[in-house]
Amino acid sequence: MKMQTTYMGLELNSPIIVSACTLSEQTDNIVRMEDNGAGAVVLFSLFEEQIRKEEALFNGVVSETSYAFPEAMDYIPGLDDFKVGIDEYLENIRKAKEKVDMPVIASLNGITNEGWIDYSKQMEQAGADAIEVNIFFIPADIAMSAPEVEHRYLNIIENLKQTVKIPVAVKLNPYFSAMGNMSLRMKNAGADALVFFNRFYQPDFDINELIIKTDLHYSESSEIRLPLLWIALLYGKVKLSLAATTGVQSAIEVIKYLLAGADVVMTASSLYKNGIPYLKTMNKELNDWMHMMGFDNVDAFRGIMSQQNISDPTAYERGNYIKILEGIR
Amino acid sequence: MSNKNKTVATIDGNEAAAYVAYRINEVCAIYPITPSSTMAELADEWASKGIKNIWGNVPDVIEMQSEGGAAGTVHGALQTGSLTTTFTASQGLMLMLPNMYKIAGELTATVFHVAARSLAAQGLSIFGDHQDVMAARTTGFAMLSSASVQEAHDFALIAQVASLRSRIPFVHFFDGFRTSHEVNKLELLGDEQIKSMVPDDLIFAHRKRGLNPDHPFIRGTAQNPDVYFQGRETVNSFYNNTPGIVEEVMNDFAKLTGRKYELFEYSGAADAEEVTIIMGSGSETVEETVNALNRSGRKTGVIVVRLYRPFSLAHFIKALPATARSIAVLDRTKESGAAGEPMYQDVLATLVEALQQGKLKKLPNIVGGRYGLSSKEFTPAMVKAVYDELKKKQPKNGFTIGINDDVTFTSLEYDPAFKLDESEWRQGLFFGLGADGTVGANKNTIKIIGENTDLFAQGYFVYDSKKSGARTVSHLRFGPKPIRAPYLISKADFIACHQFNFVEKVEMLEFASDGASFLLNSPHPKEEVWDKLPGQIQKQIIDKKIKLYVIDATTVAKETGMSGRINTIMQTCYFALSGVLPKEDAIKQIKKSIEKTYFKKGPKVIEQNFKAVDETLAHLHEINYPKKVSAASVNLLTVSDKAPVFVKEVTAMMMSGHGDDIPVSKMTVDGTYPSGTTQWEKRNVSDLVPIWEPDLCIQCGNCAFVCPHSVIRAKFYNEKFLEKAPEGFQSAPINARGFPETKYSLQVYVEDCTGCNLCVEVCPATDPGNRNRKAINMDEKEPVLEKEKKNIGFFENIPWNDRSKIDFSTVHGAQFLEPLFEFSGACAGCGETPYLKLLSQLFGDRLLVANATGCSSIYGGNLPTTPWAKNKDGRGPAWSNSLFEDNAEFGLGMRITADKQLAVARQLLLQLKDELGEAYVKEILDAPQTLESELVLQHQRVDGLKEKLRSMTSSAALHLLSMADQLVRRSVWLVGGDGWAYDIGYGGLDHALASGRNINILVLDTEVYSNTGGQSSKATPTAATAKFAAGGKTGGKKDLAMQAISYGNVYVARVAFGANAQQALLAMREAEAYDGPSIILAYSHCIAHGYDLKNGLDQQHKAVASGHWPLLRYNPVLRKKNQNPFVLDSPRPSMALKDYAYNELRYKVLTMTNPEVADKLMKHAQDLVNLKWKTYEELATKKASDFVPVA
Repeated sequence: MKMQTTYMGLELNSPIIVSACTLSEQTDNIVRMEDNGAGAVVLFSLFEEQIRKEEALFNGVVSETSYAFPEAMDYIPGLDDFKVGIDEYLENIRKAKEKVDMPVIASLNGITNEGWIDYSKQMEQAGADAIEVNIFFIPADIAMSAPEVEHRYLNIIENLKQTVKIPVAVKLNPYFSAMGNMSLRMKNAGADALVFFNRFYQPDFDINELIIKTDLHYSESSEIRLPLLWIALLYGKVKLSLAATTGVQSAIEVIKYLLAGADVVMTASSLYKNGIPYLKTMNKELNDWMHMMGFDNVDAFRGIMSQQNISDPTAYERGNYIKILEGIR
Repeated sequence: MSNKNKTVATIDGNEAAAYVAYRINEVCAIYPITPSSTMAELADEWASKGIKNIWGNVPDVIEMQSEGGAAGTVHGALQTGSLTTTFTASQGLMLMLPNMYKIAGELTATVFHVAARSLAAQGLSIFGDHQDVMAARTTGFAMLSSASVQEAHDFALIAQVASLRSRIPFVHFFDGFRTSHEVNKLELLGDEQIKSMVPDDLIFAHRKRGLNPDHPFIRGTAQNPDVYFQGRETVNSFYNNTPGIVEEVMNDFAKLTGRKYELFEYSGAADAEEVTIIMGSGSETVEETVNALNRSGRKTGVIVVRLYRPFSLAHFIKALPATARSIAVLDRTKESGAAGEPMYQDVLATLVEALQQGKLKKLPNIVGGRYGLSSKEFTPAMVKAVYDELKKKQPKNGFTIGINDDVTFTSLEYDPAFKLDESEWRQGLFFGLGADGTVGANKNTIKIIGENTDLFAQGYFVYDSKKSGARTVSHLRFGPKPIRAPYLISKADFIACHQFNFVEKVEMLEFASDGASFLLNSPHPKEEVWDKLPGQIQKQIIDKKIKLYVIDATTVAKETGMSGRINTIMQTCYFALSGVLPKEDAIKQIKKSIEKTYFKKGPKVIEQNFKAVDETLAHLHEINYPKKVSAASVNLLTVSDKAPVFVKEVTAMMMSGHGDDIPVSKMTVDGTYPSGTTQWEKRNVSDLVPIWEPDLCIQCGNCAFVCPHSVIRAKFYNEKFLEKAPEGFQSAPINARGFPETKYSLQVYVEDCTGCNLCVEVCPATDPGNRNRKAINMDEKEPVLEKEKKNIGFFENIPWNDRSKIDFSTVHGAQFLEPLFEFSGACAGCGETPYLKLLSQLFGDRLLVANATGCSSIYGGNLPTTPWAKNKDGRGPAWSNSLFEDNAEFGLGMRITADKQLAVARQLLLQLKDELGEAYVKEILDAPQTLESELVLQHQRVDGLKEKLRSMTSSAALHLLSMADQLVRRSVWLVGGDGWAYDIGYGGLDHALASGRNINILVLDTEVYSNTGGQSSKATPTAATAKFAAGGKTGGKKDLAMQAISYGNVYVARVAFGANAQQALLAMREAEAYDGPSIILAYSHCIAHGYDLKNGLDQQHKAVASGHWPLLRYNPVLRKKNQNPFVLDSPRPSMALKDYAYNELRYKVLTMTNPEVADKLMKHAQDLVNLKWKTYEELATKKASDFVPVA
């Protein structure tokens, strides 16, 4: 079976790739990902505010502790070698590029224009094959209109594309009023791929302590339906790469996304639960399924269940919703 | 042959010496002590980076538990043939003395590098003089003295070579701080040069003398009266040969480098009549002054002593001009009761012997004098006074210079106006704060100028004694010739004030020369600056025709993304204004330096700094000021009229920077000072202070509990008091039912606040309508300052609450106890001081504290003002610091006195029962003293007893009167850090615990040597970095709690006030109540951990929640009651260790410098946490009989 696929023009040996997660903080893990058949790796996200916070911590400690007292010129050894800012992340890109052949995609989560531009430029220089931008933005300001929010996204993409030559993927949130049109506009702004979807970690309350709880849940396979819907709807209509990244627990979800039209399918939760070697299992199961179904390559079945390729495209639209509701009476 | 490829560097004396020592040794056994710590730190850092010695191997650098331990290790390594060294000072050298005798007696080649420092006598001093090395002069070590940074570098090599050749061990020393910390330009020795001085055959011979089972011998025998004496005399020829060997090595060195040294180096007139003899950095001052005096027609000279031991008569006589009529020997030491100071006696004996041998025709007039103790300034004016004294027919012997001794009249008068020609120098003074980057920027400036131009550079940095809001003064000189001026700048052509509020606090322009430039960092617009200056500053500017420049560096820093760091900006201003370098060239050099400094931090940081440099020039303005004074003068000496006379006359002088002018007669004779003087030093360190919101406050007392500086205090009182309250004094009904007439007030001592924010962080009460508003919030001080001063005055008149009516067992109750530890100089947000404050609140009026040297002894006992205070009855903690290593024994001694005198007092009471009345005596003897109410009653009884005894005349009555105070139960606490408890003082601590006596030990565990700059101790946890553990601590943290528990009869607690204040309070009280030894291990967050200390409480929570710091109590009383004495007070760990640890740079830095090791160590550390928890959990569920029974 030919498992090869392309994503934003990058040649991949498998459509299964590792989404941004802390597993990629260690180069050894990235090597293991490739050894177990990952098509590519999206590195863990670089959060601009985290970098700023670290810079502030470092600068604060250095200034508070340097030459402040005659008996102690400083306190912590090695601060000269302490890399603040993006340097550590860039080092991770360089190390990963040295050790693996599969594409290494940097993931950037910025908050300022300056951050987006500066950091993406440096990521490209460090050798990243592509950049996935993670625009985690909740328009909490109720004075902000939908067009303003959309403009923000498009503006970031345009700026990035003017800054770097490598492909840029945009990891989206699912809450645009007109997701299809927005996807098209993002493509026109220069996006090379759309990634469905970013999971917003929504808060919970602790009613005894009166504090906000920010615990994290892994995605579940039941969550694939929304991205599945949008990939199936957009496949073939918006000419860029499509990536799926929610709820992938096994080869079953991989197959579903590919059937909907995804170029690549990303997973992290399954690796946290089952370990990195699980990539091999997923690839094998995908391979077995293709064999069973008689597909000898991925392109042979990609998108065959998308809206444009199935006999009843209304299944993806309002009619489908009514049918479902009627079905549960 | 001189070296054509000279490498110049601008480094300090410590680095200069360590640079060579590291390269010519295989083993360094180290231990931190100021001012030598840097040498050891550098050796450790270089080894961790794999830097090799001249033989291509990385020296083995090992930190020991004390200097005694380091000396033992050095001895052992030497005896087995390693080239071994150590670095130390002061008390450290004292601890090495026993081994030094052994090393010398066995003719073992080694060099100890010493940054010479005062010894603790009437008080400790970290500063420089020769008391320590003089105390080592009897050990048999040769002693070679460096007088400058270059010499510290050169003599490190000369000493080593001479030691290997002579087999005599050497102390190579230079003046602490003045040389160890002075940055100066020097020529570095290349590795090949060093190697050429150390022939292999000397190394082979050294190794061959080492112990080796392949050809065994015995060394270190015990000897008897028959041979010991002769044995001691066998070494004579080696000592006789040493001066000649040193001379040869110095000659070889001169051929190699062009730098010529002599054992006794004479300079001055060939026919000098007045000659001084001096050793160390002061010699440069004397030499330069001699040159100036001789130019004016005087015939003076000076002999600089390089090789002090063995003292060579032949070389000394050769150096001394035959014309010398009058000689002054200047000793930088004090030997009370001696016929004279050591070098004076050496010179005297030498000259008499030379006379007797006919090598001297006539004995000159010889006097001795003392100078420069504890880095006291030694200036050309003082030198001139010495030569003037020598001109007299009968010069004063045993004189002092530099002080005013108005008691025994030893001091010589001098004219401070006398100065050498300073016209070739550019001299700058920079006034800053410890944390504002001023010193760092100035060190950088020296590097730029020293290493990139032909100019010579010198930098010396003066710090005050506080750890929070400490002021720094940087003294920078540049000139075309080597700068030989080891004294402070008194006339500067450039003065920079990096903190605007200094204009009202610090005298700066008295040091300005006429026409000098004054650079002021000002938040005020340039048009308004003039009117913001106090009158006296305006007058000085006008009178001296000073050029005034201003810049709002803080705003420029913010606008250029420098996070408020002003160092680069102020440095750029200096280059732009001083003219030391052409402006364009200077800017180019600054940028080059920025690129070099921030290379590893990435282009962004470099760009930011470049931007700051460029913006600086656009924002720097010269002020055309009016030629008349427009503002009132402010009083720089602001001690309240209410202060005691001593504080007004003496302490205030020190506070204002005029301590040098205090005469001997004003000083206390035995190091005794009044308690509680910090209250008179309103330091106003923070612009932000807590503001109390009575309507939101739930009166929990948390803020008062955690405040490190005792700035927040609470009282409850009858509402009638409010009738006289000043306007704006805040109060609230007390939140206890049934007391409608009782009010509660929380008072913030705003002038003493350091702005740490812990009170806000701990406050649990928030405004339901505004979650950002708490019951206490930080806000601008200026608008409330005057109002709060009045409020404080009123609050102080409200009586402290009756201790017998306060519930001591709760944090809520503890807030009403008067703190008798207040306003210390500890760091803002200090994690140690809340424990000490609590100690003073709970037991203060009967408390004895033995305090180990370290942070707590510095913020607890460093002059000018000290924080241990007393209450309205005049009672309060009696505090003392002996040494670092002996504190447990010192405290145990206090307990023994208490026990002994109590026993005698009880015996005398019984003896006097007929006079005093049997029932009365019985009442005193049998009085319970557990509850506070009982202690109050006993205090009253003892007061009554003393009243009666005063009217009695019998010997027994008088003896009882002198000891009656002991009839109130004494609370003896042994306090110190982990460096003391886990390392240097552990043997004594262990013995004190084993003594069974009623002592209480409080270990303020910061997990590092905080005071000396963050060196690793045995309390440092696995995976953390620290100095001497730069690659991450691999071993585990010692479990001192379990060691103490193993005795069975020791009360043990591990507490963290930020995680569980109630448990900490309970443990303190239980420990004190327990009639036996107790130890409390108190988690103390610290600046050395590397994070913003406002998060200190949160980190304490995480330390406990992660299992790093399980809270526990082991109470032998429970064991006696047949209950499990081991109580685990914290729940099972709920978070990973790394989630606690990686909030701190001490852990985090390793993930950057060596991620693989960091990961491995963190996993190991987590395993250790898991294992420890498992053990504790098992102990907590065992039966009483599973534990050691208490006798």
